[in-house]
Amino acid sequence: MPPRLRFLLPLGGLAAALALWWLGAALLARSIPIASHFAPLGALRALAGLLGEALLWEHVAVSLKRVAVGLAFAIAIGVPLGVLTGISALFAQATGPLFQFLRMVSPLSWMPIAVMVLGIGDAPVYFLLAFAAVWPILLNTAAGVAQLDRNWLLLAKSLSATRFETITRVILPGITAHILTGVRLAIGIIWIILVPAEMLGVDAGLGYFILDTRDRLAYAELMAAVVLVGALGFLLDHAARWLHRRWLHGR
Amino acid sequence: MNAAARPAPGNAADADAAAATETSHGLLTADGLDFRYGALPVFTEVSLSIRRREIVALLGGSGCGKSTLLRVLAGLESPSAGQVRFLDQPLERPHPRSALIFQHASLLPWLRVEANAAFGLDFRHQPAIAAGVRQSRVREALAAVGLAGREHAWPAELSGGQAQRVALARALAREPELLFADEPFSALDAITRAEMQNLLVDVVHRWHAAVLLVTHDIDEAILVADRILLMGGRPGGILAEWTVDVPRPREDHPGAVTALRLEILAALRDTFTQATAGVD
Repeated sequence: MPPRLRFLLPLGGLAAALALWWLGAALLARSIPIASHFAPLGALRALAGLLGEALLWEHVAVSLKRVAVGLAFAIAIGVPLGVLTGISALFAQATGPLFQFLRMVSPLSWMPIAVMVLGIGDAPVYFLLAFAAVWPILLNTAAGVAQLDRNWLLLAKSLSATRFETITRVILPGITAHILTGVRLAIGIIWIILVPAEMLGVDAGLGYFILDTRDRLAYAELMAAVVLVGALGFLLDHAARWLHRRWLHGR
Repeated sequence: MNAAARPAPGNAADADAAAATETSHGLLTADGLDFRYGALPVFTEVSLSIRRREIVALLGGSGCGKSTLLRVLAGLESPSAGQVRFLDQPLERPHPRSALIFQHASLLPWLRVEANAAFGLDFRHQPAIAAGVRQSRVREALAAVGLAGREHAWPAELSGGQAQRVALARALAREPELLFADEPFSALDAITRAEMQNLLVDVVHRWHAAVLLVTHDIDEAILVADRILLMGGRPGGILAEWTVDVPRPREDHPGAVTALRLEILAALRDTFTQATAGVD
């Protein structure tokens, strides 16, 4: 594919989506007049206005902080459990069906219980995000340990490495690429769970902001927030991919 | 052709007698080693000893149990029966004064050459050494294997022979009394292999280390070793032993080398005949 086309095709796709958005809003506005507020031009104008306001950036900062904290919990829990699953057949057998079961429960199902147990505020959001993000990290970590070069473990054994040294000096660096793959998937999941998780019991963040625009009947701002959520998620994913690639090339 | 060898009959009584006389000054002694995988015996009644600075080749065909024997002697596996003593202590796990190299260099791809050669020196079960001493040891070992100037290269940038040189440097940096080498050069091409064989002899002499070299290559055993142990049978055992009295470099004494080679081949034929006779 010529390089120019590689650049133009994605732009063409975005332009087509924009046209469909415009067309959809216009058609809908015939039967529901309020739908005209959802049109692209108004949304983009509202976005430009919002980007100049400090309030929006506060919501973004709150959301990004929740992403970071949720991800940190997911890594802190997922990596050790993944390593344990990878090195202990007993643990893997004991937890296999349990993990597969928990993984298939939508994290948002825990929302009422999380709010009841952890109270209103950031804590239940952290819990939901971490709970959603822990699985790809755990599973990728365990897969990494399973694929680890057995000769490296033999080397560690021949050097009388302690269990701790084997884990920190051989296993963890040896599976960093796998962990990063899990983290990249986790960031995507967290970002998707974030908005609904912020729609209950909190008073800041992008999810809260979307409900707030609805309550204020500021539909152009609502659409602007949707565009912003997509754009930030896109950037987050690219940052994660870039880090992942950088690590692989560094080796 | 008296230069070549003293074949020793491989019966247990003689091996025991030899072990008994060498216990006092042997670097490593093994007594009555048995090893089984479940019910399957891999080798039985193996006794041997390795003296300081001696290069011993453990020669045998594929699947004769020689690699398993090396792992037991190195402390990576526990014998089903018998005992290994290293530096007059019973061996329970790999000893800090021993080092291993394998067919695979097993370099860690996230560490540069220098860090790979230093790997393990700071582990808890290793004798503590100052960082400065550690670095000078590693530099010296890398220089000895011909990799001075490549300290900052990544393993992915090295050829197979160079990677094996780093593995050798990693072993030398530990200043081992005994180097266990499990078919270390069998994955290399013939020319690189010949270079590495000469390098191995050169550096272990300079480091005053003994070597136990496991190999299936008769020529490698004759070119490298001071003593050759022939392993075979089912379950495995030491069948014969030769002292290689050919001056180095051995390539300069083709007559003596060839004579020893033929002797070993004859011994192999005999064991093969006995084995097939046993089946009949």
